[in-house]
Amino acid sequence: MSNQVLPGLYVHIPFCKTKCPYCDFYSITDSTGANTFLDAVITEAGLYRDIYQEFDSLYFGGGTPSFVDDKEFARLVSGLQSLFVFSPHTEITVEMNPDDVTREKLSLYKSLGINRISLGVQSFNDKELVFLQRRHTAAGAKEAIHLIQSAGFANFGIDLINSLPGQRAKNWMKTLEEASSFKPAHISCYQLTINGATPFGKMVQEGALKLPSDEKQRNFFLSTSHFLKERGFIHYEISNFAFGEASRSRHNMKYWSHVPYLGLGPGAHSFHNNVRWWNVRSIEQYLKALSIKEMPVEGRERLSSEQLELEKLFLGLRNLEGVEISDTPCESINEVALKRLIAEKLVEIHDGKIIPTTAGYLVADRLPLLISG
Amino acid sequence: MKHIRNFSIIAHIDHGKSTLADRLIQYTHLVEDRQFRDQILDNMDIERERGITIKSQTVDLPYVGKDGVEYELNLIDTPGHVDFSYEVSRALASCEGVLLLVDAAQGVEAQTLGNLYAAMEHNLVIIPVINKIDLPVANIEGVKNEIDQELGLDSDLAILCSAKEGIGIEDIFHAVIERVPAPTGDAEKPLSALIFDAHYDPFRGTIVSCRIFDGTVKPGDMIRLMYNGTTYKVEEVGVFRLPREPKKELTAGMVGYIIAGIKTVSDTRVGDTITLDNNPIAEALPGFIEVKPVVFSSIYPIASDDYPSLVEALEKYKLNDAALVYQKDSSAALGQGFRCGFLGLLHLEIVQERLEREFDQSIIMTAPSVQYRFFLNDSSVVEVDNPLYYPDPAKIRKSEEPFIKASILVPERYVGVVMKLCMERRGVNSHLSYPAPGRVEITFDLPLAEVIFDFYDKLKSVTQGYGSFDYEIIDYRESNLVKLDILVNGEKVDALSILVHHDNARERSLRVCEKLREEIPKQQFKIAIQGAIGGKIIARSTISAFRKDVTAKCYGGDISRKRKLLEKQKKGKKRMRMVGNVEIPQSAFLAALKTDDE
Ligand SMILES: Nc1nc2c(ncn2[C@@H]2O[C@H](COP(=O)(O)OP(=O)(O)OP(=O)(O)O)[C@@H](O)[C@H]2O)c(=O)[nH]1
Ligand code: SF4
Repeated sequence: MSNQVLPGLYVHIPFCKTKCPYCDFYSITDSTGANTFLDAVITEAGLYRDIYQEFDSLYFGGGTPSFVDDKEFARLVSGLQSLFVFSPHTEITVEMNPDDVTREKLSLYKSLGINRISLGVQSFNDKELVFLQRRHTAAGAKEAIHLIQSAGFANFGIDLINSLPGQRAKNWMKTLEEASSFKPAHISCYQLTINGATPFGKMVQEGALKLPSDEKQRNFFLSTSHFLKERGFIHYEISNFAFGEASRSRHNMKYWSHVPYLGLGPGAHSFHNNVRWWNVRSIEQYLKALSIKEMPVEGRERLSSEQLELEKLFLGLRNLEGVEISDTPCESINEVALKRLIAEKLVEIHDGKIIPTTAGYLVADRLPLLISG
Repeated sequence: MKHIRNFSIIAHIDHGKSTLADRLIQYTHLVEDRQFRDQILDNMDIERERGITIKSQTVDLPYVGKDGVEYELNLIDTPGHVDFSYEVSRALASCEGVLLLVDAAQGVEAQTLGNLYAAMEHNLVIIPVINKIDLPVANIEGVKNEIDQELGLDSDLAILCSAKEGIGIEDIFHAVIERVPAPTGDAEKPLSALIFDAHYDPFRGTIVSCRIFDGTVKPGDMIRLMYNGTTYKVEEVGVFRLPREPKKELTAGMVGYIIAGIKTVSDTRVGDTITLDNNPIAEALPGFIEVKPVVFSSIYPIASDDYPSLVEALEKYKLNDAALVYQKDSSAALGQGFRCGFLGLLHLEIVQERLEREFDQSIIMTAPSVQYRFFLNDSSVVEVDNPLYYPDPAKIRKSEEPFIKASILVPERYVGVVMKLCMERRGVNSHLSYPAPGRVEITFDLPLAEVIFDFYDKLKSVTQGYGSFDYEIIDYRESNLVKLDILVNGEKVDALSILVHHDNARERSLRVCEKLREEIPKQQFKIAIQGAIGGKIIARSTISAFRKDVTAKCYGGDISRKRKLLEKQKKGKKRMRMVGNVEIPQSAFLAALKTDDE
C-alpha cells in the first residue's frame, strides 16, 4: 500500500485550569510541573525519530494547550521542530480556551507557525456554560473570536456541545446561529456524551441528571446538519462541519483513514504499520518512564487484516470519504443488505464508494453490522 | 455364593449416598488414598458439580468379616432422581438388601418414601442408616421417630453414621454381612442374568452390568439378549473392582460385567434378560419395561453452521445414554435440529449441560413439551409431542394430556401454600396424610405439563426448601388444549410455539412477549410481538424503532474501543436468527424458552 500522505503528530497537554464535569480526557489542574512535563514530551519525541521523520499536521490538544505558559509552549514547539521535519504547508492546530485568548498569545502562536485555532466555545448561552462549569462566558467567547479573527487566523474552528440535559432546541439553534455568524472555517458539534467515571456520569447513574431522549438527540442532530449545510458547511464527519473541502481538519482525517500518526503525552494514541499503541494515562508514570528514556507505552495492538478491514469499514461510514467498495472484502458487504440500506436512505453510492447520508450518520454505530448482512 | 452380598444405597437427593459410597470404597482400600478422588462413583463432571448421581456405577468391595472370611460386597449404586426410577428399580431387582440413608438433619423426605416402597416391592432387607450425625443440627431422636412412624421400620436397628467423618462405617459393613441374605441361585441351571445398567467404553464398546440369577457365563459363550433376540459372543466377564477385574466366569449370585462386542448402550436394554443362545431359559426375568420418554424438546445449534458438529455430538452422547431418543427436526426460525425425548426434566437438563460442557455445543432448546393425545373426527388418534404437528383444530374431537400422581412431603406449616400451588397447576384429587406429627404428605393428580414448567423450583421456593417431591405417571385425561403461536412482525416463530392448556395460554404468551421485548434489540423499524391462538391475538408487545445509534467522538483511543465492540457485536450477530426481516438474538430465544423466572 503506497501512502503519499504524511503522518500527523499529536501532543497531549494534560493541564486544565478547572476540570469540566463531563470531560473524560486525561488532564489535571495542577500545572506546576508543566516545565518538567514539556521536557519529557521532547524526550519522548526523540525516541521516535527512527520511526517518524516528516509530518504535515501537528495538533496540540488536551487538556488545554492554551493554558500553558507562553515561553514554555514556545520551547515545546521549537523542540519538536528541531527533532522532526514538518512539510512546508503543515497544518498546526492549537486547542484554546476562550478565556486564555489574548492578543499576545495569538501573536506568539503566529510567530511559531501555528495556523489553525480550535476554540472550545461549547455554547453561546451563559446558563449552559455555567451548567457545563466552563470558565468563560458567552461574551468572552465572542471577544476571543474577534481577537482570533483580527490576528489573521482565517482557519479557525469553533467547538460546540449539544444535547445537554433539558436543553431547549431554541437555545441550541441560537448558539449555532451565533457560531455561524462568525463564518468560521470549521464547526464541531458534539452530542454531550457521558462517561461513567466523570462527575456527570455519577449523577446520571444516581438519576440526578438525565440526557435528552434519543428522539430529541436525533432532532438536535438533524436540525444542526440542516442549518449548517444551508449556510454552506459540509457535514463531512458525524460531528464535524467544514466551510469548504479545504477547511476539513487534516489532522483528524488521519485518524479516520489509517494514516500513521504519533501521539505524545499521557494517554495519547499512535498508529503506524498496522500497530496501535497508547501511552500511560498518568503524568507520574509518564514522567517516570521518560526519566529513564523509556517509551511510556501502556499497551499495543497489532491489527489483523480483518481488524483493519473492520476499522476501515466503520471509520469510513462515519465520514463523507465513505468506503471504497472494490477495496472492501466481500464478507464485509452484503449485496442485499446494502440495497436495503440504500432504499432506507442510510447510505448512497458515489464513484464506487458507499457514503453515509445524514440519516446514516445517526445510526453509524450500527451501519457496519447492517451492511455485512 | 455364601460370601456374596448384593446391596444398594437408597436415599433422597443430597442425603449423602455418594459420600457414603466413597467412604465404603476407601475403607476397603480398593484405591490408594492418595489417588482417591472424592466421590469415585459420581464420576461425571456434571455429577460432581451438581452433586447428584445420574449414571449409576457398581463396585465390588472385598471385606473381611468378623468371622475372618473375605466377603464380596457388591454395592450397586443407583441414580438419585425420579426421572431414573426405572433404572433404580432394576438395580434393586439385582439386590438382596438396601441401606436406606436418611439425613439426620433433614429427616425422611418424599424420595426416601418412594425408595423405601420400591425396596419393599422387591422384598429387600432394609437397613436404616442415619447419616450426617456429625452435624450440629442433627436430630437423631426426631429422625428415629420418623423412621418408626413414617417408614414403619424399627429405628433401634438404625445405624448411626457420618459418611463425611467416617463414623459408623464398620457397623455398616457388618450389618450388610449379617442382615442381608446371601444370594440364592443355581449355577447349573440355564443362564438368566438381569441387565441393570450399561456403560460405553470407547475401547471395549458396551459394558453390560448384570446380576446372574442362575447359570454361568464365560468368555466364548454365545449370549442372547432376550428382548430382541440378538446374540453376541462374550469376550470378557469380570467384577467391578476399581479398575474392572476380569474373571474366568460369572456364576449364579454374582454381580459383574459382560463385554460382548455390543456397539452402543442402546443395543442393550436395562431390565432385559441375558441367557445362553444354545441353552436358553424359557422365560425372561419379570419386570422388564421399555422406558419411554415423557418430556420432549428440540435442540438446535445456536449458529446454523454448527449443525454437523451437533450431529456428531449427539451420536457420541447417545453411545452412553440409552434413554435419550432423538430424530431430525427442522424449524423455519432455527434451521436444522433434533427432536429429543427425555425421561424427565432433569434428564433433559443433564443432556443439555453435557452437550454444552463435554461436547462444547452451543444449543437452543425449545420449550419442553409432554406427549398429548388428540382424538380426531375420523376416529383416529394421534400422539403429538411437537407443536409443529398439532392437528387442524377443526378436526379435533377430544384432547388428552398425561397426568401424574405427585407426592409432596412437607412440614405442616407449608400445607396451605403447597395446596395453593398445586391448585394453580390444575391439580385435582388432593389427599392429605399425616405420617408423623408435624409432617404432611400431600398427594395430587397433576398434569405432567404443569410439572415440567417450573413446578419444582416453585415448590422449593414456597416451602423454603423444605418440600420434597416424588411422582409417577398415572394416566391420560381429557384437557382443553390449544396451540399458542408467537408472531414477530406477523411472522410465526415456529420454534416458540407451544401446546398449552387453554387457561394458561394468555399468561404464557404475555410472558414470552415480554421476554422477547426485553431481549430483541431495537431495529430500524417498529417490531410487533404477538401471542396468538389460531388467528386470534391474545397478547402483544412492541419494540420501537431505534432512531439514533451513534457515538459523537471517534479519535485515538475511541477507535480500538469501538472496534472491539463491533467485533463482539459481529460475533453476537452470527448467533442471530432472522424471522422475516427481524433479527432475533439467541438470548431472546433462550429467555423466551426459559421456564423459570429468576
Ligand atoms: N456434615 C456431613 N455432610 C455430609 C455427610 N455425608 C454427606 N454430606 C454432604 O451432603 C451433601 C450431599 O452428599 P452426596 O453424597 O453428594 O449426596 P447424594 O445422596 O449422593 O446425592 P445424589 O447424588 O443427588 O443422590 C454433600 O455436600 C456432602 O458433603 C455427613 O456425614 N456429614
Ligand atoms: S473539557 Fe477541555 S477544558 Fe474541560 S476539563 Fe476537559 S480538557 Fe479540560
